[in-house]
Amino acid sequence: MAQRKIGDVILDVRNISLRFGGVKALTDISFNVREHEVRAIIGPNGAGKSSMLNCINGVYTPQEGSITFRGRTFSHMNSRQVAEMGVARTFQNLALFKGMSVIDNIMSGRNLRMKTNLFQQAFHLGAARREEMEHRAFVENIIDFLEIQAYRKTPVGRLPYGLQKRVDLGRALAMEPQVLLLDEPMAGMNVEEKQDMSRFILDVNDEYGTTVVLIEHDMGVVMDISDRVVVLDYGKKIGDGTPHEVRTNPEVINAYLGTSH
Amino acid sequence: MHTSFPRLMLEHAKNRPDAAALREKEYGIWQTISWSALARLVTNMAGGLAEAGLRAGDHLIVVGENRPRLYATMLAAQSLGAVPVPLYQDAVATEFVFPITNAEVAFAVVEDQEQVDKLLEIREQCPQLARIWFDDPRGLRNYSESGLAPLDALIESGAAYARAHPGFFEAAVARIRPDDVASMFFTSGTTGNPKGVVHTHATLIDRAHAGAQFDKLTASEEVLAYLPPAWIGQNIFSYAQWLVCGYVVNCPESSSTVTIDLKEIGPTYYFAPPRIFEGLLTSVMIRMEDAGAVKKWLFHRFMDVARRVGPQIMDGKSVSAGDKLQYALGNLFIYGPLRNTLGLSRVRVAYTAGEAIGPDLFTFYRSIGVNLKQLYGSTETAVFVCLQPDHEVKADTVGVPIAGVEIRLEPSGEILVKSPGLLKEYYKNPTATAEVLTADGWYHTGDAGFLDATGHLKIIDRAKDVGRIVGGPNDGAMLAPKYVENKLKFFPFIKEAVAFGDKREKVCAFVNIDFEAVGNWAERRNLPYAGYTDLAGKPEVLQLVKDCVEKVNADLAQDQMLAGSQISRFLVLHKELDADDGEMTRTRKVKRGFIGDKYQVLIDALYAGLAEQFIETAVKFEDGRTGKVAATLKILDAKTYPSVQKAA
Repeated sequence: MAQRKIGDVILDVRNISLRFGGVKALTDISFNVREHEVRAIIGPNGAGKSSMLNCINGVYTPQEGSITFRGRTFSHMNSRQVAEMGVARTFQNLALFKGMSVIDNIMSGRNLRMKTNLFQQAFHLGAARREEMEHRAFVENIIDFLEIQAYRKTPVGRLPYGLQKRVDLGRALAMEPQVLLLDEPMAGMNVEEKQDMSRFILDVNDEYGTTVVLIEHDMGVVMDISDRVVVLDYGKKIGDGTPHEVRTNPEVINAYLGTSH
Repeated sequence: MHTSFPRLMLEHAKNRPDAAALREKEYGIWQTISWSALARLVTNMAGGLAEAGLRAGDHLIVVGENRPRLYATMLAAQSLGAVPVPLYQDAVATEFVFPITNAEVAFAVVEDQEQVDKLLEIREQCPQLARIWFDDPRGLRNYSESGLAPLDALIESGAAYARAHPGFFEAAVARIRPDDVASMFFTSGTTGNPKGVVHTHATLIDRAHAGAQFDKLTASEEVLAYLPPAWIGQNIFSYAQWLVCGYVVNCPESSSTVTIDLKEIGPTYYFAPPRIFEGLLTSVMIRMEDAGAVKKWLFHRFMDVARRVGPQIMDGKSVSAGDKLQYALGNLFIYGPLRNTLGLSRVRVAYTAGEAIGPDLFTFYRSIGVNLKQLYGSTETAVFVCLQPDHEVKADTVGVPIAGVEIRLEPSGEILVKSPGLLKEYYKNPTATAEVLTADGWYHTGDAGFLDATGHLKIIDRAKDVGRIVGGPNDGAMLAPKYVENKLKFFPFIKEAVAFGDKREKVCAFVNIDFEAVGNWAERRNLPYAGYTDLAGKPEVLQLVKDCVEKVNADLAQDQMLAGSQISRFLVLHKELDADDGEMTRTRKVKRGFIGDKYQVLIDALYAGLAEQFIETAVKFEDGRTGKVAATLKILDAKTYPSVQKAA
């Protein structure tokens, strides 16, 4: 396997706390993500993994703490701003347009990069047409990359779950992100689909140099593909390090591995 | 014919430089490569390969799906007098070791990372494999193994070489003689190492030409290349005949898009083994089950018409005006759209070969207006031995010997072939060559068969399995057990059959019912049963099987040669034949000898004329436990018919 160059810290999360009324979802969480690495956030159900991702993504605003992205510090993020800075995400429960084709779904990820206005697009004027062709070429590259050529024109709702997850990833990739946030990319998949997905995540990381932050339940998968792992339990950070370090951390074993079936 | 594959390519490039040679779907769009562009590509590749040290007589392996640049590689190797050896892209790494060491291969051109990984895995066992080029660089950016390079780099250095040595390509092509070795194909032997079948330019081109003439193929045919290029059938259809006729070969985007690509291209010349045709039919039938009531009614209504008159219309025979009208309506509403959905609407000639095709399946395609035909051939004969002429198609024969082919039948029933397309030899294996190729040029096919009254060849079995009836009224008659078994298995109720009778006076058979089909049949008749053994012993089921057996007998009686193979007595086995019990191979072929020994008591009972026999058998369950199944099996007599032709 190739030597990827892991760079400097590009995303630094400091002392984040998030409360919903009296419920403490996250308490004083700090960790960082280095450029080009695959970073996993793991933890049992309800540990606060998705909340953490939602804070980075700007969906939730934490009460305390700060997030530094490429040297700019924010006390809260807004989703559009995050997307414009080059952070894309996929969703645990898929948020695709079920009635639209695979191409159109992935094309929707190019939205931020379209420069022509509504009028030009509506009448398919020269500039809009050129732009459409460029974006379509980019989308076709992603389709080729994710090996979903056979389903280009299939409405997403008719595809099996594993393929929908792949389309979701494709849409995130269409943004040409620098950081990709994946919320349980392998949930509900069979072994073969998990292997495929792992390969795609590693390929994205390898070919495009995209930094990947992923939440995952499946310990085996996480340990195989991640460079570093953060472990959360009841909203607190209980471990951080390489897969080997995490695996041998007694607190982690107790909280997670010990109770895992 | 004094030509070679590279020379044919140069002729096309000269006469029709802008005509399409290959198409490949990339990024959703069909990209065309013209003959002149192909010739440039091949020239550059040949330059690169020459520079890398590929010399006349060397072997170069090509591993991958059908990709234009892999086709170009084969042409480039051939232009230098080297021999391309296509290998199966889905084979595991260890299967490559033998061909690579056997042919002392130093050069490989492969499709992608998957194939590169396989070759790197076996590199220690094949130290002579010095250079590997790959077509698709994805995932390979950071590989640093020695001798590994992208195909683009080879083409680039080759272009420089070609500029520095103008005219080298034409000179190299001019040096090729028709009797030079063109390609080598490894046949997957069931036992021992595979054998490399060596073909020259002359053998392949002659057969490609004969086949093309037989079906009047032109430069305007469209072909979709989707079967493994290492298989000679694919090589003949999309390489040899492509260069001989100059038609367009289309490469699908990926193996999963074949059905979509098939529909988009609408090939006019099509080739597939029976399982592909079966898969297509099944997908149609499943979708019909979900269709609305009106559509379903229309479909079944017109499929009945098609079954009744379709094959006759296809054969060019006359049918009544009413039937003609009904068929025309059906064509408008059902057959036409169906052919379109299957991607077969432009098919002028379609072939199936490789294994026996069920008559129902075969007739289905012909009845909806697809000119599906059968052919007979093998790797050793460069495919084309017998082909079915238009309008003379039968489900159970493989056609007439085509131009250049002579057929002789051994007394044992084995078919011998003499043709200009026979293999030169098995590579480095004179013993095996001598076994199949006689000094006066006859090739032993290993198949048994005969020519029927209309001159069509009928294949009945592997020659070594064909037996003789000894004694009784049919003394000396030929027995083709697999032929009989296949006929039985074409009934949906019968899953397996084993026929015995070699050196005996009559034929007896074991039958396995198809649990699902017969179970369904029993349920619809309110016939209760407790399990497989119980169902298999029901008198109603025995009667059902008896009807099937007698139909087979009536069918066999039509044929003078096979009338003696009619089944006189049979029984329905109490358990399913299973690979776990050693009764079948893993590919589900019955092991006749083993079964004969294991169930000796039953065979004795069949031939002793008993009415029933008790048997107890050990069985192995899937979880590894063993158990016993016991039953008293009824033995039934089936009606046999006098040979029709003998009587006439």
